[in-house]
Amino acid sequence: MKASSLDRANRRNGLLFCLPWLIGLSVFLIYPLCAALYYSLCDYSVLLPPVFIGLDNYAGLMRDPLFWKSLGNTAYFAAGSVTLGLLVSLSLALLLNSKVKGLGLYRTIFFLPSLMPVVASSILWMWMYNGQSGLINTGLHSLGVNGPAWLADPLWSKPAIIIMAVWGAGNAMVVYLAGLQDVPTSLYEAALIDGAGFFQRLIHVTIPMISPVIYFNVVLSIISGFQAFTQAFIMTGSTGAPERSTLFYVLNLYNVGFQDLRMGYASAMAWVLFVIILLLTLAATKLSQRLVTYDR
Amino acid sequence: MKGPLRALSHRVSALALITAVASLVVTASSGCSTSRDKQAPRHLTYWEKWTGFEGEAMDAIVDDFNAKEAAHAKADPNYAPIEVEKVTITKIEQKLLIAIAGGNPPDLAGHYSFAVAAYADHGALTDLGPLLAKSGFDRNRYIEHYVQLGEHRGKTWALPLVPASTALVFNKRLFQEAGLDPDHPPTTIEEFDAYAEKLTKWEVTLPSGEKQIQSGYLPNVPAAQKRLLQAGFLPGEPSWWLTGWGDFFGGRLIDGPDTISTANPANIRAFEWVASYSNKLGVGVIKRFRSGFGNSSSPQSAFLSGKVAMVLQGVWIHNYIEKYAPGLRWGAAPFPYPADRPELAGTTHAEADVLMIPKGSAHPNEALAFMQYASTQAVLEKLCLGQQKFTPLVSVSDEFWRAHPNPYIRLFRDLGVSKNAVNIPKTGIWNEYNRELGNAVDLIQSLKQPPAQALAEVQEKMQAALDRDTKILALRQAQ
Repeated sequence: MKASSLDRANRRNGLLFCLPWLIGLSVFLIYPLCAALYYSLCDYSVLLPPVFIGLDNYAGLMRDPLFWKSLGNTAYFAAGSVTLGLLVSLSLALLLNSKVKGLGLYRTIFFLPSLMPVVASSILWMWMYNGQSGLINTGLHSLGVNGPAWLADPLWSKPAIIIMAVWGAGNAMVVYLAGLQDVPTSLYEAALIDGAGFFQRLIHVTIPMISPVIYFNVVLSIISGFQAFTQAFIMTGSTGAPERSTLFYVLNLYNVGFQDLRMGYASAMAWVLFVIILLLTLAATKLSQRLVTYDR
Repeated sequence: MKGPLRALSHRVSALALITAVASLVVTASSGCSTSRDKQAPRHLTYWEKWTGFEGEAMDAIVDDFNAKEAAHAKADPNYAPIEVEKVTITKIEQKLLIAIAGGNPPDLAGHYSFAVAAYADHGALTDLGPLLAKSGFDRNRYIEHYVQLGEHRGKTWALPLVPASTALVFNKRLFQEAGLDPDHPPTTIEEFDAYAEKLTKWEVTLPSGEKQIQSGYLPNVPAAQKRLLQAGFLPGEPSWWLTGWGDFFGGRLIDGPDTISTANPANIRAFEWVASYSNKLGVGVIKRFRSGFGNSSSPQSAFLSGKVAMVLQGVWIHNYIEKYAPGLRWGAAPFPYPADRPELAGTTHAEADVLMIPKGSAHPNEALAFMQYASTQAVLEKLCLGQQKFTPLVSVSDEFWRAHPNPYIRLFRDLGVSKNAVNIPKTGIWNEYNRELGNAVDLIQSLKQPPAQALAEVQEKMQAALDRDTKILALRQAQ
């Protein structure tokens, strides 16, 4: 059957309306992705034409201790910031979902840190983590605890950056809050009639009902966790000091690509990261099929 | 649908036509006026990294040049004057590369000497050799060390503009308080270590609870009972030359173009000396003490706040002192050498700001004309005086010395011409090497790895990186 002229016109207009976005997607996403894939098979310094070297870059990555070190650091940071971030933002959302006086004020206060640019908050936290005169160690000292040197101590530098990431959990908190307010009160009433306590209601009503929101937040935090860069770059420098404990994957990639001009190697690193994030997201999706309830 | 669309396309075409005609008219009329009155100026874009008073000193030179060119054009209507537009660029090392790679570089760029090798190896620079040969360039006018900073693999890629060197800089008040003669700074490393011990002060809590100030390293007082108030010397303060301590012991990081020599005995000796300060003061004590400092260009910096008595610093320290600690009584002297290596006296880290013509520069000849202007003695002296450094030329006017505000400027200049002036290794892998070494020094300072082992690991890794780099360079040349 031939499409009517109206159908054709609609198709054409539809495409025309999509065109700006399609052009943007092709120029700024698909082309760079494909170019990076090609460059990952070359030695490429940006300034000179790429030289094809096959899989050398990928083989080099497997043998590169810095690659593994930065991957380990990033996994540590992502695991810490995702789990701690989930716990803190969900707990805050639960607290702020109750009916107390001045609720709007509390919500604003807890949301505010997430509005702060990472550069500004990194500098702020650098002062707070100052081993000698920082706010945190001064506070700990008054409790009789001798605080660590935080960012100068390889044992504490990653936890310090995780704590800072959790401080900015306001965005996730707002999403949880929206999810919580969507839970039908009738379910809580039914649970109450059945004699369910706070924790039983939380586990059997709240969490299953907001599980799609949790899934969404977890996937987003995994992605952003693996892309951590700015905090470390500002707080501990591009070497990932102390003792490379804060050398995150993207920081390492930046060093290799923009400081050493080994864009081919950096492209290979970017592709490996892409595959890792893709696999983790797929795993989360797989897991979500068992745990996430979309039924109402 | 078709009607309105067609009407729209007609309107767009009409608009395009009008714009094209209008721009033609404008271009033609402006072309007429310039050809009738005078030659159009030749526009030169110049990227420079300095801001603040250093940037202003450079602005003055650019203004002088533009005024001179305008005067020339006024006198000779057939002369097309060069008009330099100076653009201040932060993080120039990356932005310049991106601009060159993108095919839209500035015509001229002000950079650091240590970037020359990597830029040249990556084909980012114009070989100045042929241009300089035509212009009658006299290499001998320059201090040898500084002019060779712009050369790499037998070619000239950059010209030195404002040089710098480093020396031992010390706080005279703290010397006097410790009973040391501020007019006799230490000359050997051994003397230096003894001075550093006397300049180290602690607040000690006695068993009675009373607090007392004591000096020295106090190895018998437990860490919990002492708080460091002042350090004679910390190898990591400031952290700029952490990787360069080997130079003062006669060590070199690279031995010829193909060999990495991180783990040579002189370097190991140097870093054992660095580690000795961690042993004497305590790793945790140093970390906590250092975390209280502000950055080097602030009143809270280790030296300016009087927390560290002796530092290795550059000629610019005078500017910092004037700005952030005006009352500070300070002195400078060549950094000490090991007593058994007197031939190393006068060792200094000597680098320079350089001018380079990026590959793809649209006006290389005009850029060279500005470089030539900026390399005359009078102009260089004005610039270097404005930036409060010394000049890279052999010949210096008496007026320059008289007008210079830095009381130790002759010392820094003498160090710059010393046979022991050393620079960052000229290799395309320096960034990578510097990071690896930085990590090794981190491990050495925190006593996690003995220097010999840490340096050997760096050497092995960097030799592989250099081999890789050499292989790729050869591959490129073969293509």
